[in-house]
Amino acid sequence: MPMTITEKILAAHAGRKQVTPGENIWIDTDVLMTHDVCGPPTIAIFKQQFGEKARVFDAQKVVIIPDHYIFTADQHARRNIDILRAFADEQNLPHYYDVGGERYKGVCHVALAEEGWTRPGEVLFGTDSHTCTAGAFGQFATGIGNTDAAFILGTGKLWVKVPETMRFIIDGKIPPYIMAKDIILQIIGDIGVDGASYRTMEFFGSAIEAMTMEERMTLCNMVIEAGSKNGIVAADKKTETFILARTNAPYTIYRNDIDARFHSRRTYKAEELLPMVAKPHSPDNKASARELQGEKVTRAYIGSCTGGKLSDFVAAAEILHGQQVAIDTFIVPATTEVDRNLRATKINGRNLVQIFEDAGVQIGKPSCAACLGGPADTFGRTHDDEICISTTNRNFPGRMGSKNSQVYLASPYTVAASALTGKITDPREFLV
Amino acid sequence: MKNKITGRVYVLGDDIDTDQIIPAVHLVYSLDDPNERKKYGEFALSGVPPAQAGLPAGNIPFIKKDQAVSQFSIIIAAKNFGCGSSREHAPAALQIAGVKAVIAPSYARIFYRNAVDGGFLIPAESQESLTGYFDTGDIVELDLANKKVHNRRSGQTFAIKDLGQVAGIIEAGGIFAYARKTGMLQEAADV
Ligand code: SF4
Repeated sequence: MPMTITEKILAAHAGRKQVTPGENIWIDTDVLMTHDVCGPPTIAIFKQQFGEKARVFDAQKVVIIPDHYIFTADQHARRNIDILRAFADEQNLPHYYDVGGERYKGVCHVALAEEGWTRPGEVLFGTDSHTCTAGAFGQFATGIGNTDAAFILGTGKLWVKVPETMRFIIDGKIPPYIMAKDIILQIIGDIGVDGASYRTMEFFGSAIEAMTMEERMTLCNMVIEAGSKNGIVAADKKTETFILARTNAPYTIYRNDIDARFHSRRTYKAEELLPMVAKPHSPDNKASARELQGEKVTRAYIGSCTGGKLSDFVAAAEILHGQQVAIDTFIVPATTEVDRNLRATKINGRNLVQIFEDAGVQIGKPSCAACLGGPADTFGRTHDDEICISTTNRNFPGRMGSKNSQVYLASPYTVAASALTGKITDPREFLV
Repeated sequence: MKNKITGRVYVLGDDIDTDQIIPAVHLVYSLDDPNERKKYGEFALSGVPPAQAGLPAGNIPFIKKDQAVSQFSIIIAAKNFGCGSSREHAPAALQIAGVKAVIAPSYARIFYRNAVDGGFLIPAESQESLTGYFDTGDIVELDLANKKVHNRRSGQTFAIKDLGQVAGIIEAGGIFAYARKTGMLQEAADV
């Protein structure tokens, strides 16, 4: 029977020739990732279930990337890092990216890609819902809870229900003012926050082929906002170039069979896409930036796994260059590598850090920072009735800190344009 | 697994996300320290905007001030319950607060898995949203064997769906118990 990419990866990891959507199967894990929020409870369950002396299933396949609550005085948050460090020590885990030194990375989903963990055809489980980001590389990648992660730590295996695949075809040439964020906000707005529940979202078409790996990551990052189990983009030459520069581990490229069965198909013409915004308090509460033009915002935020990559800051800098922001504006590079590249990348002779500082923007240290609120002293966190326009991926009530604050989600272009005016602004106003 | 659960119901709307179930600021507490663990009960559902807390009236706190266990042991919600993050702290917080079951027409996938694999609570699926038929505080009887839920106040009974392929895991009490029962896992030597 013909299969999709996701079905093929799952079949290969279950040791089967064939799998069918809807069936529950046990599969092998290539990479298990955890971080400082979910790592400690995962470790506790692992010890409880397998014993104090238990060893992890394969120290080479466990990746620990603290990123959530890093630059805080909160004692409980700091204790979480201590627990991770002690566990990495005890288990001799080579892939622990410790805080406070050279190895520190920052936001796990961006770090996983930078460090070559997002290999085509493999299975990545992570104790974070945005683990789906790695689908951009043709990997089966999905978020799980602590109990499941503890089970994998001990056995290397987990049951999954084989998902049906929804196909999203984006054809044509993407206009210069449109970013992957606009496309995914459009799609989530069209299908709703549960529009892809239990299913795979596959992105395909000439516009996807033309996209950079970072833009594909933005697309796949937010499939969870439509309830999807995983996102997937077929690996191509770009994927291979990216991966080969970062790892020499083997990988497998799978393609859909010609007559593979899909749950549904939706087609978008790239030329018709608009700069999009998700209004408070749901990622599917869509409107175009133009429809909301002039609505007041009181702060802007550019960061996170979905909106804190180098290309996101390059986009923001194109707009902020030589201008002054009108409202409090916060920038948080996802990782230390992005942070270094901000200094190495120049527009008209000024590097991105200089451009942002000239524009009056505050720059934070690489981590999740205010994307999920966090402890009271978190950089960029809301504390009152702020109205924030943000490149992050969630705008649930209270997500960025205060229950009274409101969050609009948008592309780095739209957020930067709005930072200049203090109002929601279509980026075409500033892009010539 | 208990086949019959009777308790007071707390009614919520659509898309209750994990930040509403347990706001991220509280995730720093340890789930296995008996004292810190109580914090999760204390802050369970504290992110729900007051107007939507305890429908239809709203403004009904799930947990009384300075307590860690709720008077409500069953939650009836509308679609896509538990969307958002993968934090297992969400079903754990509800369990610590005394919730035995949630009844909703659909769940976010990771929340559902976590509830089942961790054995925290029973995520029962109703055929349609039942929020219009229950008031917060009603006494509800959830009968899993006969797949129905009954409202004592109104006398109405509604069907719930079969647990399907995960029934075995729910009955065993979680993925570890299930794996031991089916021989996938041997007993750990020094537990
Ligand atoms: S940046 Fe935000 S969405 Fe991404 S992993 Fe961190 S908290 Fe989660």
